Amino acid sequence: MNKKVLSRDKILVIVTGAVIALAAFILTRLGNPKNMGFCIACFIRDMAGGMKFHNAAVVQYMRPEIIGLVLGSFIVALIRGEFKPKSGSSPVTRFVLGAIVMICALVFLGCPLRMFIRLGGGDMNAIIALLGFVAGIYIGTLYLKKGYSLGRAEKKHLVEGGIAPALQVLLLILVIAVPGLFVISQKGPGSMHAPLVASLLIAAVVGALCQLSRLCTAGGIRDLFLTKDVTLVLGPIALVVVLTILNLATGSYNFGFKGQPIAHSDHIWNFLSFVAVGLGSVMLGGCPLRQLILAGEGNGDSFISVLGMFMGAAISHNFGLAGVAASASSQGGATLGGKIAVILSLIFLVLHGIYIAKKNQRG
Amino acid sequence: MKKIDVRGLNCPEPVFLTKKAIDEGNSEVEILCDAVVARENISRLAGKTGYSFDYTTNADGDFVISLKRN
Repeated sequence: MNKKVLSRDKILVIVTGAVIALAAFILTRLGNPKNMGFCIACFIRDMAGGMKFHNAAVVQYMRPEIIGLVLGSFIVALIRGEFKPKSGSSPVTRFVLGAIVMICALVFLGCPLRMFIRLGGGDMNAIIALLGFVAGIYIGTLYLKKGYSLGRAEKKHLVEGGIAPALQVLLLILVIAVPGLFVISQKGPGSMHAPLVASLLIAAVVGALCQLSRLCTAGGIRDLFLTKDVTLVLGPIALVVVLTILNLATGSYNFGFKGQPIAHSDHIWNFLSFVAVGLGSVMLGGCPLRQLILAGEGNGDSFISVLGMFMGAAISHNFGLAGVAASASSQGGATLGGKIAVILSLIFLVLHGIYIAKKNQRG
Repeated sequence: MKKIDVRGLNCPEPVFLTKKAIDEGNSEVEILCDAVVARENISRLAGKTGYSFDYTTNADGDFVISLKRN
């Protein structure tokens, strides 16, 4: 019986990874930025800009992908009886961790999902980030072994869990009915987008599959270290393999460090920022994608993490912390503010982790 | 029998605490759990570590999982 469960789980994770690759590929063809068909950090950042929480003119657009992901997860969770409102596990800490994960992801110019998508496009800068991500996750598992925990969530009423999906429905209605409320970039990544319906539906399918498979870009690597369970890591592997094949087959594969779309080769900061993203994701219990899926399942702690990411994106662009993409005139890289933010983030992650682990050990 | 309560805990704490109980050498572990994902993860862990896996749902809708060494 267990063997059956095992193989079904693995197949589902592999299918989900492959579908995300296909979704990223199709959405890119339909207009989304290259190697950014499906980036959680970039898209939450674009939405923060679309709602004028920051004024970076090139990254403002209400991305239907975020709405679709949450609603896809919500619908499947509801059908499967897994929509269970709960929250109360250190919400303020989660908000800050969410902001840190976002700020550091934007130094690299992408969340862990985009890191894998960039790998599938041949962008080797993503390898450096992956090394940092693995290191951060490994450090995170050490914290877990020492007793790190943000504490228990409690069962909550429908409103607490329903706010995240309801807010997505409201945003969708407003985007369609009163588009003038929101800003859309005239140039840059924010101006590049697939048609709304395609983005929404494809993301809903991905959200549904992620709810079913529990795919998490950080969870797979974390489980390898903690329990030697390979199931979840098969998702990102399938994603990279399928996307590489799709890009190679269509002549879109560009191997190397230079000339990559919306990327830079500031290796030290790509590495360090993703140490923080990996560590922060383990502390939150999942990567940015996973937080959105859990928010759809009624998890208020995950939604507060997403709101932290939203705030982090606004902070990032309002204070010049985001990385600068390489261009014909500049090699780009991390800004001074971004470097300081990564260092402060790492200091916070390490110190608060030690504090909580020690407190929990004492009971 | 070792009993652990993993309700409301973040992933991967439920499976990690279960693994700890298994590593301590307990031949029977009872886990009180409120999330399907944790239940599935514990099921996978049981399969890998040579424990039988069974569960019931209590009146609160939580899962009472029973692991026994084969």
